[in-house]
Amino acid sequence: MAPGWLTSRGATVAGLALVLVALWLVFPSSFYFRIATLVWISALAAVGLNLLMGLAGQVSLGHAGFVGIGAYAVALGPRHFGLDPLVSLVVGLLLAALLALAVGRPILRLRGHYLAVATLGLGILIWLVLTSEVAITGGPDGIEVPRLVLFGWRVVGAETWYWITGVTLLLGVLVALNLEDSPTGRALRALHDSEVAAAVAGIDVARAKLAVFVIAAVYAALAGGLLALFNRFVTPQTADFLHSIELVTMVVIGGMGSCLGAVVGAAVLTILPQALIMFHDYEQAVLGLLIILFMIFLRQGIVPGLAALIARRAA
Amino acid sequence: MSVIAVDRIGISFGGLRALDGVSFAAGPGEVFSIIGPNGAGKTTLFNIISGLYRAGEGGVTLGGEDVTGLPPHLLAARGLSRTFQNLQVFFRMTAEENVMVGRHLRERQGLLGSLLHLPWVSRQNRATRERARELLAFVGLAERARDPAGSLPYGALKRLEIARALAAEPRVLLLDEPAAGCNPVETEEIDRLIAVIAERGTTVVLVEHDMKLVMRISHRILVLNHGRMLAQGRPEEVRADPEVIAAYLGRHGAEAADAAG
Repeated sequence: MAPGWLTSRGATVAGLALVLVALWLVFPSSFYFRIATLVWISALAAVGLNLLMGLAGQVSLGHAGFVGIGAYAVALGPRHFGLDPLVSLVVGLLLAALLALAVGRPILRLRGHYLAVATLGLGILIWLVLTSEVAITGGPDGIEVPRLVLFGWRVVGAETWYWITGVTLLLGVLVALNLEDSPTGRALRALHDSEVAAAVAGIDVARAKLAVFVIAAVYAALAGGLLALFNRFVTPQTADFLHSIELVTMVVIGGMGSCLGAVVGAAVLTILPQALIMFHDYEQAVLGLLIILFMIFLRQGIVPGLAALIARRAA
Repeated sequence: MSVIAVDRIGISFGGLRALDGVSFAAGPGEVFSIIGPNGAGKTTLFNIISGLYRAGEGGVTLGGEDVTGLPPHLLAARGLSRTFQNLQVFFRMTAEENVMVGRHLRERQGLLGSLLHLPWVSRQNRATRERARELLAFVGLAERARDPAGSLPYGALKRLEIARALAAEPRVLLLDEPAAGCNPVETEEIDRLIAVIAERGTTVVLVEHDMKLVMRISHRILVLNHGRMLAQGRPEEVRADPEVIAAYLGRHGAEAADAAG
């Protein structure tokens, strides 16, 4: 069990806010702000996925599909429908929620590996559409995204994006922690351990799973939309299998069931490849090795693993 | 007026007739026990009543309302709760949280309110936690409230399941072998719990192997054998039934029952 200071809602959010300010004070160049922005965006998707995987115990290997929907919404909305990027972002969230709602009902009846394969299929399907509908999506080469304009204010610069995505992540973490500390959150943790006992306690298991699937999809789509607006460009890679696996790895490395863990996992997987550039051709190999080592020595994930270590020291 | 009535339930698994024409009814505050040798169909009957299996024939009514074939969560909403022979505990949650989950039906849900943590959520969490504490105290687990359920001993988990089931304030409580694997002290404790629960007006339907316990606390007993009803009646009637003695109790069981009576 994590110590109180890690589990309490206010402390986690305040701690993250402190990190946001501290990094802003020490970062010397826009390069750092760019990397941090990418961390906040990935973390947002991972925090949502952690609700599905860590809390409710339901695997999704196609989660990048929802990231892709959010990303392409802000690209295609302005281009084909003349929508404002911000409105397009909201439309993207709605589309992701609707798709999750429609697909979730049949898919979430499956368990374990079967659910994993079904979500994998969903992700590949979305990626396939984005890649092959060249006339609409621009195909494998990707497509440009217009600049975000908030109430007449043109959003420019890595530092601005650092704050936009950082505060969004902060709110995302707060909402996720709120959910955990509610009847719905308890229901999700309960069905993770025993669906039968959860149902007997009066929990509509199918409905609870569907709810968390939709919530996780909205987190992913929001991350996708922000990523596309930040990069001003989007390719189908955003929705591909590798990205789905990357998101799952973030949740697992950070610590399943730990909201803070999802953020840490996202940070590790976003920063490490940058830090490992000195290994040149062996960058991917070293990254893989490090992931394996993390899993061997901190099997519960970084945050719960370290929390347990600290608790043992203190005892 | 019976709170729960089971009418000519039958079910087959493949060619095996697991239950055939089983009926019983129990009223408020009654302790009704179902006994029978291994494989008699006791747990199967429980699984049908609680909606985990669908009966081939027959029906179940709760408070006069037909609930045949309803899924477990809707049965729970109509006042049915149960425990499991092979434990179904939320092992990664604390004892207290396990019981809090049991309050699910008594809690306001509101997903949006939960996401925003509106004031009612904290208020309700406090009330739910308080009620969970009371129930843990009732089953004698007050000092284990903050422990992960996975760290509790077997006998404690049995009582934790009872506390969780009670949290829903059920009209009918199905207990599947609550004393199995418990030592005599724990068995006596469960004995006392069942008596108090029934006194408060809940109908307790019990599957149990411990003959002494069954004979001591049951108002009426149903004996199953090979999925059929062998006898039904008050403990002393069942105990004296020659067919029951032959099929289930045997010489040894009859003596044990006598000793208890």
